[in-house]
Amino acid sequence: MTRAQVARRRAGRPHTSMFVRMLLRAAVLRRGRATSALLAMVVAAAVTTTMLNLYADVEAKLLHEFRSYGANIVVVGNRDASLPSDALSKVDDTLAGRGTAVPFAYAVATTSDGHSIVIAGTDFTRVRKLNSWWSVTAWPQPESRSSQAPAQALVGKRAAAVLPSNGKSFDLSFQGRTIHLIPAGTLSTGAAEDSRIFISQEAFAGWTGIRPSTIEIGATGSNAEVTAIMQRLAEVLPEARVRPLRQIMEAEGRVLGKTRGTLLAAALLIILTAALCLLATLMGWVLDRRRDFAIMRALGASDVLLNSFFAAEATALGVVGAVLGFAIGVALAAWIGRVNFNAPVVPRFSVLPIVVGGSVVVALLSAAFPMAVLRRAQPAMILRGE
Amino acid sequence: MFVRLVYQSFRREKRRKALAGIAITLGVAVATAMIAVANDIGDKINRELRSYGANLLVTPHEDTLDVDIGGMSLKPPGDGAFLKEADLPKIRGTFWHNNIVGFAPMLPVTTDLAGARVTLLGTYFSKRLSFGKENFVTGVRTTHPWWKVRGSWPEDQTGDVLVGERLADKLGVKPGAQIELAQQAHRVAGILSTGTAEDDQIVAPLMVAQQILGEPGAVRRVYVSALTKPEDALAKRDPKTMNPQLFDRWYCSPYVQSIAYQLQQAIPNSRAEQIRQVAQNEGTVLSRIKGLMLLVTLAALLACALAVSSAMATAIFERRSEVGLMKALGAGHGSVAAIFFAEAALLAILGGAAGYAGGIFLARQIGRAIFGSEITVQPVLFPIILAIAVAVSFAGSAAAIRKAVLFDPVFALRGEP
Repeated sequence: MTRAQVARRRAGRPHTSMFVRMLLRAAVLRRGRATSALLAMVVAAAVTTTMLNLYADVEAKLLHEFRSYGANIVVVGNRDASLPSDALSKVDDTLAGRGTAVPFAYAVATTSDGHSIVIAGTDFTRVRKLNSWWSVTAWPQPESRSSQAPAQALVGKRAAAVLPSNGKSFDLSFQGRTIHLIPAGTLSTGAAEDSRIFISQEAFAGWTGIRPSTIEIGATGSNAEVTAIMQRLAEVLPEARVRPLRQIMEAEGRVLGKTRGTLLAAALLIILTAALCLLATLMGWVLDRRRDFAIMRALGASDVLLNSFFAAEATALGVVGAVLGFAIGVALAAWIGRVNFNAPVVPRFSVLPIVVGGSVVVALLSAAFPMAVLRRAQPAMILRGE
Repeated sequence: MFVRLVYQSFRREKRRKALAGIAITLGVAVATAMIAVANDIGDKINRELRSYGANLLVTPHEDTLDVDIGGMSLKPPGDGAFLKEADLPKIRGTFWHNNIVGFAPMLPVTTDLAGARVTLLGTYFSKRLSFGKENFVTGVRTTHPWWKVRGSWPEDQTGDVLVGERLADKLGVKPGAQIELAQQAHRVAGILSTGTAEDDQIVAPLMVAQQILGEPGAVRRVYVSALTKPEDALAKRDPKTMNPQLFDRWYCSPYVQSIAYQLQQAIPNSRAEQIRQVAQNEGTVLSRIKGLMLLVTLAALLACALAVSSAMATAIFERRSEVGLMKALGAGHGSVAAIFFAEAALLAILGGAAGYAGGIFLARQIGRAIFGSEITVQPVLFPIILAIAVAVSFAGSAAAIRKAVLFDPVFALRGEP
């Protein structure tokens, strides 16, 4: 090690530690002002984090709510034919847990006094999950394996009025074959289902021999994801027609679009307010320290040193405030999610660099303006309090 | 002297006062806009939710059971009861007529087309009707917004029809072609795509279907699209079990149940029911979005309160030497604080008024950009906003004023921190 190097290191070491010490002492000595600046930073970062997290998550949350509207995709057999027997398992494989598929088979049966009535075979467990708006007095119990007991039926409200004996078992015939049914409960939807009778898929197939002709699917995900699911369904089921329920998909898109738009406008306004308030607070803070600035200059500090000193201070404040604010913001967003959607908003760590970067930029900006003013002033004037 | 002090303070320190004033204006503007948007969002989203289609269905009271599978009706067309078309405009005479966005009657009949049986659905497209002195337009274009037409929509008073997409493919029909229905030629105005049973059907003006059926003035069912209030405990109760007072409250709330009740009263021999898929779910979606906006508004108010109070605090902090001088001349704590609070109140009122005007503008812009309609700010909001602005500026200045008042005048005058 040469002498020159040692000298340079000696000159360097106290210099850096002095720099750090000045930064720390500045924060400790003016605790009140530093705390209020940090507080402004934390609140601004927290509000920003909350809004960005909410905005990123609102689509997922609303899509979840929208699924209570039921199916958004319908698979029907071509030319009114039944679907192949493995159609449902193929649909289930394609969905892979991202939705519910319900099979429906239909036939027209005759009651004992000659009324025509539509009877549908379906899977009660699945339909109950998909069509949450069905108002049912009592769902049929899962059937035992023995085929001795008569099948249970869910009777539509209007169909119930036609059946001869209310609440008692009844017979229906289809192409000369008769089935004995026990009504389990009454169904009310306000739509076509009210005129129908629903029985389990097994009982229906055993009686009529008709396979499901329709599979209603409530697929979860954004519009693009649902479209992708539809394309895959069309590939695995070439003999069927896969079509979107436009009524549901279009309305979803509109409501979602408007909500996201409003939330974005709100987020922009709030973030802007927070940033401006931060700017004002920090500018006050830097201006307030003009005496430190004057003393440092009077003692011979260079412009570069002064600039880097205030820049380092601003950056440190920005980073510390942003990280604290991020933590609070994530908690706030999770709370809003739980209160409003009954599911916490998942924290997005991709928001963190944006918040930290934004905070540092605002902090540097708010330091830059007072610095420019102070640099033009004479240290002596500042120290005299003018 | 007090007034002069405050006045001079504003006159001499224009720049500093302007900064604090701008902060208050901005904060109040954002708060006003957010409150207005949150207040109006329920109504706006409710209208968007109407794109899910009708939420009420009116059918004849004595109707026979519908026997249809996949849109093909197996019931004899003349079977069952009908509603009278002449009764339909009475829907506009119900208590909640302003909440009824639109309605569309339907009359399905079967007819022969090129040797095959097809279902023809008679309806209103956008029919001009009048009730009393009021004229209005209604039909499937309002109640079924997802119906798309290639070509043009037919006029209700003509014999033009729409042909469903799949049926048109099968027949090779294009817009402008002529088809023969029940020995009468009809022009195909457009090709209809709905994604449901209508793709295999012909949709025609109601009159055409009535002629084919031979039942003038008959309607099978009416779809009604209404703006409703999310269901609560009162909505679910049976109106028959209510006392008169409760019944009035129920009747005068736009619940889907009470609108159904009123429709049933308005149209003779009818039964009105909510379409549960649409009616039950819109309440949930609506309350979620409203709740979200409410919480976001709270966040906005927090940010605004912070902006205002920090601006006030900064402004006072910089005037310590002035406080020192006043105290050296014998001013008490109370009178110094009173001057600062008076200044804060004046700033809050000026900034609040300007911010309120700015907030109205902001809310309008948001409404126009996102919903394509105005968001109006209730004038009731003005005093509330002003009160909030004053309270927040007081709260924000209080700590700084206390500190400034307690500061030793000797140090303050020497310019020490």
